[in-house]
Amino acid sequence: MSESLRYIQAVNAALAWALDSRTDTVYFGEDVALPGGPFGATKGLHKRFGSGRIFDTPISETGFLGMALGAAMTGLRPIAEIMYADFSFVAMDQFVNQIPTIHHASNGRWRVPLVIRMQQGYSPGACAQHSHSPEAYFAHTPGLRVALPATPDDAYQMLRTAVVSDDPVVVAEARMLYPTRGPVRTDAPVEPVGGARVVRSGGDVTVVAWSRMVSAALDAAGQLAEEGIEAEVVDLRWLNPLDFDTVAASVARTGRLVVAHEANLTGGFGAEIAARAAAECFADLRAPVARVAAPDVPMPAAPVLQAAVVPEAAHVVAAVRRTVGR
Amino acid sequence: MTRIRRFEERLTALKDAGEIPGSIHLCNGQEAIPVGAARALRDGDWVTATYRGHGWAIARGVDLVGLFAEMMGRDSALCGGRAASPYLSDPGRWFIGENSIVGAGVPVAAGAALTAQRTGSGAVSVVSIGDGAMNQGNVHEALNLAAVLDLPLVLVLENNVYSEMSRIEDMVRIRQLAERAAGYGMPGRVVDGNDCDAVAEAVTEAVDRAREGGGPSIVEAMTERLVGHYSGDVQHYRPAGEVAAAREREPLARIRQHADADLTARLDAIDAEVTAEIEAAVTAARAVPFPDPATVKEHVHV
Repeated sequence: MSESLRYIQAVNAALAWALDSRTDTVYFGEDVALPGGPFGATKGLHKRFGSGRIFDTPISETGFLGMALGAAMTGLRPIAEIMYADFSFVAMDQFVNQIPTIHHASNGRWRVPLVIRMQQGYSPGACAQHSHSPEAYFAHTPGLRVALPATPDDAYQMLRTAVVSDDPVVVAEARMLYPTRGPVRTDAPVEPVGGARVVRSGGDVTVVAWSRMVSAALDAAGQLAEEGIEAEVVDLRWLNPLDFDTVAASVARTGRLVVAHEANLTGGFGAEIAARAAAECFADLRAPVARVAAPDVPMPAAPVLQAAVVPEAAHVVAAVRRTVGR
Repeated sequence: MTRIRRFEERLTALKDAGEIPGSIHLCNGQEAIPVGAARALRDGDWVTATYRGHGWAIARGVDLVGLFAEMMGRDSALCGGRAASPYLSDPGRWFIGENSIVGAGVPVAAGAALTAQRTGSGAVSVVSIGDGAMNQGNVHEALNLAAVLDLPLVLVLENNVYSEMSRIEDMVRIRQLAERAAGYGMPGRVVDGNDCDAVAEAVTEAVDRAREGGGPSIVEAMTERLVGHYSGDVQHYRPAGEVAAAREREPLARIRQHADADLTARLDAIDAEVTAEIEAAVTAARAVPFPDPATVKEHVHV
């Protein structure tokens, strides 16, 4: 069965599924219960599941993420919400020292079935402290799974996958995608963790993207097709586990690679993809790998300034043209 | 208490002999606190400690051979040599474990308390931190969180006068750290941390309250460190005579000061028994193989 849902509705449906199907699931964060979340992600869930299952926390990211860790270690399956991904930085000890380390440090004796849900990226007028795309920080940390759903269906499927996983998973949604609508397979079986996906086929260049940049890459591919350039678009979906095989297989077909993300250029996850391609796809590459990213400036608030830094389809088009030599 | 003291002393010797790599943080002088607190606990109650947490592990019943082997970097049954002295844990003994980030155990302990509350298991979660940790933001966040959620959490604050290598009186403007409990809307009391019975009484009161749904509380146990912050700390920052004076007040010496001939004989017998037990554990730990380097990437993900 497939329903047409907005991205944010798909998130809500996945959370309802999680709370409904597992009684050990609890959901907490700032303004998630009675208020229903700042974007409506948890709308109606408190009424349905009650304060025992979904509750508000004080504005204390370190405190409630640490609580989520302890709860996950001792028998619950918590989903903790970071309201804006930017606020994860006030709790970086949890993301780096605490949550991802205990499974390994205990030689596997503790498990951490924990989901941290957040949304990230720019939106018009949002300042530098509400616009980060921090996925590379999380992907850099061993022990954290990192999921970045780009469509309403993936918002549903990947969040369910994260909830079922016995590992800590950061699910970073894109705020700008929340109003987008699409078919959601509400009766699909829960998918295993990981897996990139070729979302458009083409023989001239591979464009690897994730999160909001997938739709930008697809727009770019549409424009490029009119010029006779066929771009294959790969939605990476998960940064950990990284499905580089799908990328390499695509590059083997196309011989060219463009990586596109909204995060800043330097040290962004695009650098990882480019480095892997250089190491593993060197013989297939007919042109240098190109990266599309935000320049290394904090995100400005004014929309005219944002337009000068936020990567869009036009940037992907330009990068592809350079890569194919046109 | 004797077991913890002899354990820490044996560790020091092993460290000096080069059998233990890395830093260790010992609790000599503070033994009455975990031992007293353990009297208030049942199987199933969670305990979280700091990197100065060997005493808590032992009081919780964690196997001595495993502890020695873990600290020797061997393939221990505890953490397989991946945690060592400052981060070891034992789910089998409900020991959530140590944490090498100051104060970081408190939010985690709040999580165990949340599990106890939401599952109705009747368990409580006891977390020990030092005086220095009271100035960490994560501790403040977790205590407020525990208060508003009425979590069955007991914070045992081991005030050993020094926050790492600085006097706590130079780091706060209040006389007793337990005064902060009022700011969270929870009870806080101060006890003589070198008196095992006093600790047991105070922690039992707090644990009983938590178990009955009365929410979290703080027990500040006043004590003194007989050793440095870490192995190798020469403690140049401590006034002359301070450690010697503390040796007059420490829990094991205190018992002997008031012991009659019978009790002295019993204490001597306990000492001999424990010393033999510790030596046997060291011997057994030395027989534990080192971990296979080929396994180093295991247990990053389930």
